[in-house]
Amino acid sequence: MAEHVPKGLNPKRREFLVKLAQGAAFAGTGGLLWEYILRNEARASPYALRPPGALAEDDFNAACIKCGQCVNDCPPDILKLQPAGGHLPIGMPYYEPRTGACIMCPDIPCMKACPTGALSPALKRIEDARMGLAVIDIENCLSYKGLRCEICHRECPLKGKAITLETHPRQTSKHAMFIPLVHSDACTGCGICEKACPTEIAAIRILPHKLVQGKMGEHYRYGWMDKSEITQDFKPAAPAAPAAPAKPGESAPGVDYLNEGGL
Amino acid sequence: MSGVPPSYPRSAALGSVDKLHERSVPARLWSWRYIVLRRLTQFGILLLFFGTAHWGWELSKDVPLLNGNLSASKFIGIVPMTDPFAALQIFLAGHMLRTESIVGAAIVLGFYALLGGRVFCAWVCPVNAVTDLAGWLRQRLPVPTLFGLNRNIRYFVLAATLILSVIAGVAAFEWISPIGMMQRGIIFGMGLGFLSLIAIFLFDLLILKNGWCGHLCPLGAFWSLVGTTAQIRVRFDKDTCTHCGECARVCPEPQVLNLKKLEQVGWVASGECSNCGRCTALCPEGSLGFDLRPLIRAHNVATGAKVAAIDNRHV
Repeated sequence: MAEHVPKGLNPKRREFLVKLAQGAAFAGTGGLLWEYILRNEARASPYALRPPGALAEDDFNAACIKCGQCVNDCPPDILKLQPAGGHLPIGMPYYEPRTGACIMCPDIPCMKACPTGALSPALKRIEDARMGLAVIDIENCLSYKGLRCEICHRECPLKGKAITLETHPRQTSKHAMFIPLVHSDACTGCGICEKACPTEIAAIRILPHKLVQGKMGEHYRYGWMDKSEITQDFKPAAPAAPAAPAKPGESAPGVDYLNEGGL
Repeated sequence: MSGVPPSYPRSAALGSVDKLHERSVPARLWSWRYIVLRRLTQFGILLLFFGTAHWGWELSKDVPLLNGNLSASKFIGIVPMTDPFAALQIFLAGHMLRTESIVGAAIVLGFYALLGGRVFCAWVCPVNAVTDLAGWLRQRLPVPTLFGLNRNIRYFVLAATLILSVIAGVAAFEWISPIGMMQRGIIFGMGLGFLSLIAIFLFDLLILKNGWCGHLCPLGAFWSLVGTTAQIRVRFDKDTCTHCGECARVCPEPQVLNLKKLEQVGWVASGECSNCGRCTALCPEGSLGFDLRPLIRAHNVATGAKVAAIDNRHV
């Protein structure tokens, strides 16, 4: 088929534009596929427990160079680099408390080994680390069954702060219940409790904060407390600023429908 | 080579090939010297990493020998080294690296800028052992060419890596790199990483000759760009070359051995040359050999003057 080239149209330019479009299509398809692979790889990152000082999930994903120096410098040797095809994003350090819990070295050698700052040097005290949060399965925790255990409390490096015991006296024939409670303001997520938990599958385990912590919302108030307890200024919407001032005798539609017999 | 000048009779080229085939066994073994050395450095470096990680190799007490891996490491507890391409991706992904990483990247960059960028590819990168094996087998098996691919595509892959690092917010190549999978796999545990190596092996063997290292790898492209400043290069002596073409046959990047360009410049100028040494060990006339670039330049001036003198005589 003979190419019809309209007058005034440079065939070279046309060829160039077609090539440009082909290149763009190639790059676009390849780029989208690549991007998909990256996102697919990153999808498991919310489930990973990272070494102390690790930046927030997305920042850590960006910053970790996958060199394994933290893994080598970990004294209890609990850190691992995720191999390809595993259950977490490739090549980054993680730990599994049930088999190897963080012993909370005061000098934080793993963080110091990190060359990129993915494990942030802003972490000065290991007690300030927030690797994860201990969560208790109250249906399988021995203490909640009324048995004496409290191993998690006893083993906790921050016992009395991160895990406290709450006693619940019962009738005279049974001893009191000693209920372990985890406090997120102190728990570092080291996982000593998970490692020590005697149940077949740990009834206390470390999970990333994002997976377990809710958020109350700032508008809730403790009505029984003094007004000074309110931490955030809360002013009810000023009634004087009328969006649509109701005329006398006229109310919003539906409000008076019971009285109007409209039902 | 179509335009063989009359000064190089075809018989001379054939003579060179004959010379190559009639080598004694020791001469044949000697011609493998760079391949042996390259395997030694490739796996020796990984062994240093492995020994430090698993057997606690130390220079002295509490001074680990070589901590980390090819992405980032620390030598004898002092010298940081960082893969500058990985560091660049991380920076583009939105993370400002600590000074240690930046210094490390500068050290590595400077090292390869002097030695030749793709010296990394031929002498350090472990995937090179896989692709070399595939290339060696391919030369001995009747594998037909499926298609050709422009070797410059690697520079587009390089650009895509940088752009995707910005878009995806992660170091785009580091997350899928078979090089990372292999070297991390050897030091820290392989997982399914070997699958990517099998894929590269089959790709190079059956689909595209020198497919991965010579066409696609963005890290190779990165080092090619760095390689233009290399001070150790393959010198070319046009007076002894018989155009037998054996060098181009063994070269994984034969486009760097463009004879016209070689005659003009006097050395393999392209950054895509990985200083693997295959051609220098093979050249039956010794026309190719490693040399320091400043010395080659001086050598060039001398030959140039000689050639000019001959030209003048003809006039």
